Amino acid sequence: MRSRINALALALSIAASMLLVACGGAAAPAAEPTKAPDAAAATEAPMATEAPAATAAASTDAVTIRYGLWDGNQQPAYEACAAAFTKANPSITVKVEQAGWGDYWNGVQTGMVSDTAPDVFTNHLAKYPEFASKEQLVDLKPFIDRDGVDTKQYLAGLGDLWGRDGKVYGLPKDWDTIAVVYNQDMLDKAGVTVDELNNADWNAKDGGSFGQIIKKLTLDANGKNALDKAFDKTKVVQYGFIPGGGGGAYGQTQWSHWAVSNGFKFNDGLYATKYYYDDPKLAETIQWYANLNLVDGVAPALADIKSLGANALFTGGKGALTTDGSWMIGSYTKDTKFKVGFARLPKGPEGRKSMFNGLADSIWVGSKHQEQAWQWLKFASSPACENIVGSYGVVFPAIQSGVDAALAAYKAKGLDVSAFTAQATEANGTFLFPVTDHASEIGPIMDALMDSIMLGEKTAAAGLKEGNDQVNALFK
Amino acid sequence: MTTHRQPRLAARREALYAWAFVAPSLIGFLIFFAVPSVRGLLMSFTNWDLLRPAKFVGVANYVRLFGDADFRHALKVTGYYVLMNIPIQTTLALGIAVMMDKFSKSTIIRGILVLPWLLPNIVVALIWLWLLDPTMGFLNQIIMGLGFQRQPFLGSIDQAMPTIAAINIWRHAGYTAILIYAGLQTIPKEVYEAAAIDGANEQQMFFGITIPLLRPVLVFVLVTTIIGSFQIFDTIAITTKGGPVDATRVVYWYIYEYAFVRFKMGYATTISVALFVILITITFIQMRYFNANSSDLD
Repeated sequence: MRSRINALALALSIAASMLLVACGGAAAPAAEPTKAPDAAAATEAPMATEAPAATAAASTDAVTIRYGLWDGNQQPAYEACAAAFTKANPSITVKVEQAGWGDYWNGVQTGMVSDTAPDVFTNHLAKYPEFASKEQLVDLKPFIDRDGVDTKQYLAGLGDLWGRDGKVYGLPKDWDTIAVVYNQDMLDKAGVTVDELNNADWNAKDGGSFGQIIKKLTLDANGKNALDKAFDKTKVVQYGFIPGGGGGAYGQTQWSHWAVSNGFKFNDGLYATKYYYDDPKLAETIQWYANLNLVDGVAPALADIKSLGANALFTGGKGALTTDGSWMIGSYTKDTKFKVGFARLPKGPEGRKSMFNGLADSIWVGSKHQEQAWQWLKFASSPACENIVGSYGVVFPAIQSGVDAALAAYKAKGLDVSAFTAQATEANGTFLFPVTDHASEIGPIMDALMDSIMLGEKTAAAGLKEGNDQVNALFK
Repeated sequence: MTTHRQPRLAARREALYAWAFVAPSLIGFLIFFAVPSVRGLLMSFTNWDLLRPAKFVGVANYVRLFGDADFRHALKVTGYYVLMNIPIQTTLALGIAVMMDKFSKSTIIRGILVLPWLLPNIVVALIWLWLLDPTMGFLNQIIMGLGFQRQPFLGSIDQAMPTIAAINIWRHAGYTAILIYAGLQTIPKEVYEAAAIDGANEQQMFFGITIPLLRPVLVFVLVTTIIGSFQIFDTIAITTKGGPVDATRVVYWYIYEYAFVRFKMGYATTISVALFVILITITFIQMRYFNANSSDLD
């Protein structure tokens, strides 16, 4: 018995020594408080004066604010902003951290749990309500009131999307709309003019004149287009249209514009508690969309789209048309071997409709430097930064002067992006991104169902009914 | 019985050494397995979104699990994978092992055989993802070059799971073969000689001698590969992410989806506990059925 106790003691002492070694490794740098070689270490120092009424220069200690974003194209723009900001506020350095969409959100969420999330991060309308309800976002209202930030400076409606119950969780930084992307060479060869494309109409029954254009632009190995009776849909060499995939819950770049221009609405507005995915108007739209591949053979199969992405298929010259968001302009035009243009969305039964989405910056509640984080956020959503971002021509900033800077930058690159801006400014030309609770659960449900419709496993009517029941059950 | 007679001091020292040797893995077991398992079990009785405090909900998650059609589907898909993976992989490995035993004891060949197993899963999955790409994959280029229709492989509901099974068979068959090959070396050559003298042919020797005498090794191989097969995750995470639709949404992916996409830790751990119970049961049955602890050589 005693030997067992001794053995246990030995085991414990080994374990303890291992723990000590582990602790020693981590504790060592912290034990030298006088050194503080870099700014990051200095951030550990307690803030002496955090006077709530003070504006900038609340503290003279050097502070590093970590800023997260997912769009790699925007990183240089925001790094330029950060440099300008540090110039005006020498005690605050901003470190821009970028990760792709999927990793980004995983990182933010797990970072909140493990206390390593960025101080300020780019937020999305599908994501922020859950962060807000889990009390992870700083309410910006007191800061906005204190510093008198003009929330009317943002383009129509953008600011309102980020509030709930009198609290504000983000200040807008940019917006986006959807337009048709076309391959000029393929249009020319088929004898389709840009004018025709801009004036096309669409309906869910037969696709309208836009449907005809898609067929005209689809070619088989014998050079026959899809309007020809001899067209062989098993040997397509050029697709008329490249869908962006199933589109999941919102179909932002995939089907939302078709559906809403057909009279569909997602729900009853901000923080609605019921979705209308079972609307027959949506079902007929989605069936038309899926049938482009399943029946007509004028669009690639979902497997092809998933493997490379619609953008790669398009820039690889596999198809003539697609729809995509304004943030993708650069991805379509940079290094593409043919001329790419952007046309207006076709006119549906209810007119032209594009989803109007906007991003905003939010402050994480766990940030140890909320005052400095606010200073940076305020700057990032001010004309000073948004004009810089605009001048990079990668995205449309949320303030008009920034939009003007972006348009000038696109023009300098020889790009006409008016299809996106015209859509945004047209009366009733846009509808807002659906913002509700339970987005992280709605996503997986609708992703799978939309894919099964695209693959022809389920009809749109049956699949959407099923999805609607599952989604609405989340709100009960 | 003899230990009584030994001097107490020696016995104590022996025990001390034993504990010292066991300590590292014991500590590892406690920290990385026992404590998390208990925490996971406790977590399964709560609803927890990681950020707000966990809420105790009793057995609600288990009640939900029994009515969850998606969970049943995940079990079905996982079972389908195991049933494709294990028989083919084991047969293939047995064949390779016997061939090696007969024709070549070359270390180079053995080295090549374990090579796929030495590669990280992620690398294997990525390589195959590109080779099998529906539009520009190498394999489809060959298929089209031979005049056939290109195949979607991982992109189709019907082909995705067999494709993933094939990738993992490719990765594991060589390694499994090496294990069986090692087992073959333990079978005394005299047994075969005796059989040959009695006029047994190759086939009779294989089924009458090799298979029965390999039983302990085969049981070990089957137990570990079946458990590993049930835990299929990384290949799916890289290639299909549970899709298309839910064709490859295996139990582990389902757990991952609840834990890190939907952030429902309580329900995710409930599924984990269910999987644990299933695996324990299967292993128990295997051990009992195959009589793993005894060898026919005795």
